[in-house]
Amino acid sequence: MSYIICKDVTLGYEGKAISHHVNFTVNAGDYLCVVGENGVGKSTLVKTILNLRKPLGGEIIRGDGIKEYEIGYLPQQTMVQRDFPASVWEVVLSGCLNRCGWRPFYTSGEKAICEENLVRMQIEDLKNRCYRELSGGQQQRVLLARALCAAQKILLLDEPVAGLDPRVTVEMYELIQKLNQEGITIIMVSHDIHAAVRYATHILHMDNQPLFFGKTEDYVNSSIYQSFMGKETLPEGGSRE
Amino acid sequence: MNEMMETLSFYFSYPFVRYALIVGVLISLCASLLGVTLVLKRFSYIGDGLSHVAFGVMAVAGVLGLSDNMMLVLPVTVAAAVLMLQGGQKTKMNGDAVIAMISVTSLAVGYFLMNVFSTSSNISGDVCSTLFGSTSILTLKMKDVWLCIILAVIVLAVYVIFYNKIFAITFDENFARATGIRAGLYNFVTAVIIAVIIVLAMNLVGSLLISALVVFPALSSMQIFKNFRSVVVCSGVLSVCCALTGILLSILASTPVGATIVLADFVVFLICCLIGKILGGAKSC
Repeated sequence: MSYIICKDVTLGYEGKAISHHVNFTVNAGDYLCVVGENGVGKSTLVKTILNLRKPLGGEIIRGDGIKEYEIGYLPQQTMVQRDFPASVWEVVLSGCLNRCGWRPFYTSGEKAICEENLVRMQIEDLKNRCYRELSGGQQQRVLLARALCAAQKILLLDEPVAGLDPRVTVEMYELIQKLNQEGITIIMVSHDIHAAVRYATHILHMDNQPLFFGKTEDYVNSSIYQSFMGKETLPEGGSRE
Repeated sequence: MNEMMETLSFYFSYPFVRYALIVGVLISLCASLLGVTLVLKRFSYIGDGLSHVAFGVMAVAGVLGLSDNMMLVLPVTVAAAVLMLQGGQKTKMNGDAVIAMISVTSLAVGYFLMNVFSTSSNISGDVCSTLFGSTSILTLKMKDVWLCIILAVIVLAVYVIFYNKIFAITFDENFARATGIRAGLYNFVTAVIIAVIIVLAMNLVGSLLISALVVFPALSSMQIFKNFRSVVVCSGVLSVCCALTGILLSILASTPVGATIVLADFVVFLICCLIGKILGGAKSC
């Protein structure tokens, strides 16, 4: 059974459809990258997978022990967070909140999980630092640690490298790859098609309807990828393959 | 100095002064705790908006001749708070525009009604005391004090119990929702609490100055502290200190209570700015 099956889903909001016939499946251990231009419903897809929004049509089936809220989410940064006085520890610990239910405070077990994920993201020495004073890359690690506290099997990353400088971007991708190799399923939304074909095992290329869904190898050979890369003016555009 | 102490102990022999102190401290404590969340969520002006709504409703209650206007003021203000905090996100208008609109409309309605259907001979006096806080804090009855204590205890209890949830939702509402936290419910609870506090605080500083109780302690402590818990604790402490100082000073110097508290808050804010600047980049978590 797959973790997530998306069956002929129509995406959109306030009754306006932006994207039709979205079909894909995510299996355990996959690294799915969702690419496509702005405004084709990538972020709506994210919100729909996370259950923040109902699909306008079709259905999303969660299987294999993935409950409704067991997807770790790495959101894009918001305005509020930029000047928010919170320590790294407080932010990461808030990822454990969905384990609490009605219980008002965290248990020592939850704090241990939090500690563990700080080590995993190599940010244990930042524990008492203020979140807003960290560099962009460090902030993303903090948010990743928080997502890992909330879910162990599957992560959904929304533009995880937006605004990071090139060196940190590579580090971030390698970190995500490492998590994937440790057995965590990854769904990543990205603009960066080069990184997508390099790291992901599966690609979903969206336009107003999905142009492609399948393995990365097949995607690289497809006409969609070829024509998309042809459009790019970047000098290294074709040289990656 | 001695003379001051004598004056103070003279005043303290009156129960109404003690009541005023208790109520003032409790209200400013509650307001400052929620203020942290409101400031961070960019809802600093909600206090102002809500207090204008309360002002409008009080005028309506006056016209209708209700003796206990709390029964009308509280529910309507709560409804307005929910509308402002939740409706603002969904409609095509921004949250701040919604607040501005509701706030001026109710201010206008209130003044209009007070003018047209006035029963008192001193309209501008009435309006002025509602807007800037009046001596009503000094005319509190035992009943009001108890009401205030009970509500404050409830607010504090709810805040402590939901502290972690409030943090998560303030920091990142989408993440909280995605991991199954019922953000809608907690937002609703926050809105209700805020409305209750605002209605209570109108007695203290009046509807124009309420934002100060909400905003200043949070801003002051954010200058110095860099983690959420310290900010919350510090703003509570600062707010209580300012309220105490303000009330005592206003008694000693016979100045208006509300304005004195707000000025005390402002001075503390300046001091905190200075401390923050001196600490500068130094770690102070």
